[in-house]
Amino acid sequence: MNTLLECHELTKKYSFKTAIDRLNLTLEPGKIIGLLGPNGSGKTTLIKLINGLLTPTEGTILINGTAPGVATKKQIAYLPDRSYLNDWMSVSELIQFFADFYDDFRPARAFDMLDALKINPKDRLKTLSKGTKEKIQLILVMCRTASLYILDEPIAGVDPAARDFIIHTIINNYNPSSSVLISTHLIADIESILDDVIFIKDGTVTLHKSVDDIRMEEGKSVDTLFREVFAC
Amino acid sequence: MAWNLDDNRPIYLQLVEEMQLRIVTGIYLPGEKIPSVRELAAEAAVNPNTMQKAFGELERSGLIITQRTSGRMVTKDASLINEIKNLMAKDIIDAFLNNMKQLGYTRENTLNLLADTLKKEDSL
Repeated sequence: MNTLLECHELTKKYSFKTAIDRLNLTLEPGKIIGLLGPNGSGKTTLIKLINGLLTPTEGTILINGTAPGVATKKQIAYLPDRSYLNDWMSVSELIQFFADFYDDFRPARAFDMLDALKINPKDRLKTLSKGTKEKIQLILVMCRTASLYILDEPIAGVDPAARDFIIHTIINNYNPSSSVLISTHLIADIESILDDVIFIKDGTVTLHKSVDDIRMEEGKSVDTLFREVFAC
Repeated sequence: MAWNLDDNRPIYLQLVEEMQLRIVTGIYLPGEKIPSVRELAAEAAVNPNTMQKAFGELERSGLIITQRTSGRMVTKDASLINEIKNLMAKDIIDAFLNNMKQLGYTRENTLNLLADTLKKEDSL
């Protein structure tokens, strides 16, 4: 089995605070993986390291055998935990923007999905609601043809119907040569679409297992296990 | 069709059970082609890999047959379908008897109560 992502003894320190502490992680292609951990456990730091937005203090990250850089940005489609899009642009301008940036972007598919959600491509981003903005960002990311999709809190601010849409988008986009890494607190909502879950605590991986193995061995859902492991 | 999945049990097992139910109740008829893994995964809102695993289980039991050219179909073996149906019925009865036992009913009490209930149902 070839590896999509490999983190070895990865460490990130912010002056006095260690956010990621000698973390080891290997991801294979063809999986949907949940990255779960309490607030401040290092999820977003790990995601930023994988995307090359932060540089490791120590240790290594390899994406398809390459360290983060320009080449790996072509392989990773990243949904950050906040919006970075120009809100004066219209939705169709944003699609053009993505098409200009990424060779692997599929504009026709993006327009189809907007149509399904009844979003007018002529609308400017700033005139749209928070939830609609989130949907548009997700569409932009998922319409790339990447080998790793990293979604940081993709379902936090949307209504339950939109959550279903997002989950369907992730399933329909599934392909055996790519993987999706989803960071979220809303475990129960996405549990059924995950292959594996990763529990992260104090900057290290404490559990990396398949959802059905957890249910088989523990007789409980990942959501319940999470509440027990990270009980305050 | 809605898929009601329980939070605490392995998902693929529940998918196997739901597919078995659909086959024994004739939603998917013997010899009929069944929807693709991707379609059913989307319908159930589960991971396609998990649905694939459930299909693997159904293929092993012989309930679903994969043909290289025409995709997957339900077995034409009526006795196999019946056998699965009987197993499912037995599971329901076992669970019922177990629950009655927990409530403190003896086997005789249970049988009498069941007979009464059926009688009342008939007279309705």
